[in-house]
Amino acid sequence: MANALLKPMRVAFGETLLELGAEIPNLVVLDADISSSLHTFHFAQQYPNRHINFGVAEQNMMISAAGLATTGLIPIACTYATFATMRACEQIRSFICYANLNVKIAASHGGIEVGWDGPTHQATEDIAITRAMPNMTVVSPADAIAASALLRQVIQHQGPVYFRMGRNPVPILYDKNQPFSIGKSIRLHNGVHLTLVATGVMVSIGLEVVERLAQHGIQAGLIDMHTIKPIDQDAIIEAAQQTPLIATLEDHNIVGGLGAAVAEILSEACPRRILRFGVPDVFSESGNPKDLFRKLGMDAESITHRIMQSIALNPELRG
Amino acid sequence: MKIFIHRTRICLDKRLYCATIKLSDKRLRNRTSPPKSMKHNPETILSLQRIAKRIRIESVRMIANAGSGHPGGSLSEADILAALYFHVMRIDPKNPAWEDRDRFILSKGHACAGLYATLALRGFFPIEQLATFRCCGSILQGHPDMKKTPGVEMTAGPLGNGLGAGVGMALGARITGKTFRVFVLIGDGDAQEGCTWEAAMLAGHQKLNHLICIYDYNRSQVDGRTDEIVSLHPVEEKWLAMNWDVRKIYGHDFTQILDAFVWSCQPRQKPAVIIAYTIKGKGVSFMEDNAAWHGKAPNKEQLEWALKELAEEEN
Repeated sequence: MANALLKPMRVAFGETLLELGAEIPNLVVLDADISSSLHTFHFAQQYPNRHINFGVAEQNMMISAAGLATTGLIPIACTYATFATMRACEQIRSFICYANLNVKIAASHGGIEVGWDGPTHQATEDIAITRAMPNMTVVSPADAIAASALLRQVIQHQGPVYFRMGRNPVPILYDKNQPFSIGKSIRLHNGVHLTLVATGVMVSIGLEVVERLAQHGIQAGLIDMHTIKPIDQDAIIEAAQQTPLIATLEDHNIVGGLGAAVAEILSEACPRRILRFGVPDVFSESGNPKDLFRKLGMDAESITHRIMQSIALNPELRG
Repeated sequence: MKIFIHRTRICLDKRLYCATIKLSDKRLRNRTSPPKSMKHNPETILSLQRIAKRIRIESVRMIANAGSGHPGGSLSEADILAALYFHVMRIDPKNPAWEDRDRFILSKGHACAGLYATLALRGFFPIEQLATFRCCGSILQGHPDMKKTPGVEMTAGPLGNGLGAGVGMALGARITGKTFRVFVLIGDGDAQEGCTWEAAMLAGHQKLNHLICIYDYNRSQVDGRTDEIVSLHPVEEKWLAMNWDVRKIYGHDFTQILDAFVWSCQPRQKPAVIIAYTIKGKGVSFMEDNAAWHGKAPNKEQLEWALKELAEEEN
């Protein structure tokens, strides 16, 4: 499944939007001065009448998106994850989600994977914020193929959606024919000792962790949890029934994100030991994402090491 | 009965307006106000005055009944709402989802008692519903909920958002080739929020000439007078700087209100703003121009007094 090809999700996003522009006449793209970064300029050039650049005014973009949705259009508001979910948080919560309007929010630069721009531009709370909003659907694709396929579903979906992408090129994991469905996770590996539940850019790191653990005789399962809300409860409970240990992998604060969502479900339905990998409730810093991931224990090597330690310390986990 | 009444305030209405006008630049006034008033049917004016009184009576009554709510702003906007819903807007209460209807957004959502009273009087829902205002299970929430109340076009409450929502609707009309007009009523709180000016800037840039903002400029907020907290002066220049057409009126004079709506709906190159100098709590002497009545319900005694004054004014 894995190969060496790399592609940023936002590039696939821009390409798919252009295709969707031809297919869906009431699709409207909204930008806040970063159409070059989110690759929405393709759409803007092809469909200038259905593209509005709000300038650097994310709050106005979100509230206008709510207004646009009332006229039967499908607005997709595009910006970085920090600005979407924090600068324009109230507009999303009180006007898009509360009113349950058909607005799509596309955000790139989710997580510390942003790297060099530093913590002001690294969204590590956006999943927690959007997940806590009733009526919201939260989608976080793992590669360019998933971004494209899931975007098509997001546009077809009725109601508010938060679509989270990373900034950097990530390995292509999926075949073009891979089916995707909002709310239905994808099992990439079956495990015996533990199951990794990963989202976004952490799915490809999860694949590496599976390989590394296999070298030590530990068979890890892997689930791509591309929809964080509504989360695929059945898949999580099934994994917990199959393996005694669950590890969650997310490029997000471990508070309130995927790890929290999984813990919430399992503590009620099927208590299991859970290891949460992600940003350990700190602000990161500027730097090469690889260095930042290593520093915060989010790279494949650190994750593998901590999992093995945990299994060594807990005889009941050895299976 | 310890009710502080200053009747003089009502007599001062016109003088207050004149005094505020004097504050602004004379040249600007000439630019924004046409010299002569148009002729309006006296019966129309009389009928609108009566409706505005009903809106005020119902607003005060429903707030008293709920034991909470916002009388000050509901009373200051009543005349504007009467004009919009009973004279200006193309709407069909029997078909609130009619695609080509004009849109109205109450950005100052806390003043929704006035809007609910207006919608009920216009026939969007039975007037008996007003008694359920702010009660559990009611279609009339403490702040407007577009999914619960027929005729409410946009959820509102957090200030500064209505104009942006109106911008979205106006852009939607342009993209879908519709000719409906979008009216947004904002208040002083909205004008203090930065988001309003993001929307104003975009509307000016996009030349949204079917977007009309009415600014209920009562110069009063929860903590006191805007001039003492954060002054909004000069108002006209702010909108002119955002590339809007501006007109100032006294917001309790139907001749001026109707003039302004005729003016605002004329073909133009820019969005239009009507700055309506109003009196918070208008019509109830002890509430008039008194910030204490921004978000407080009258007790039984105060309600009786208020209703008596409003009824007197009608005669």
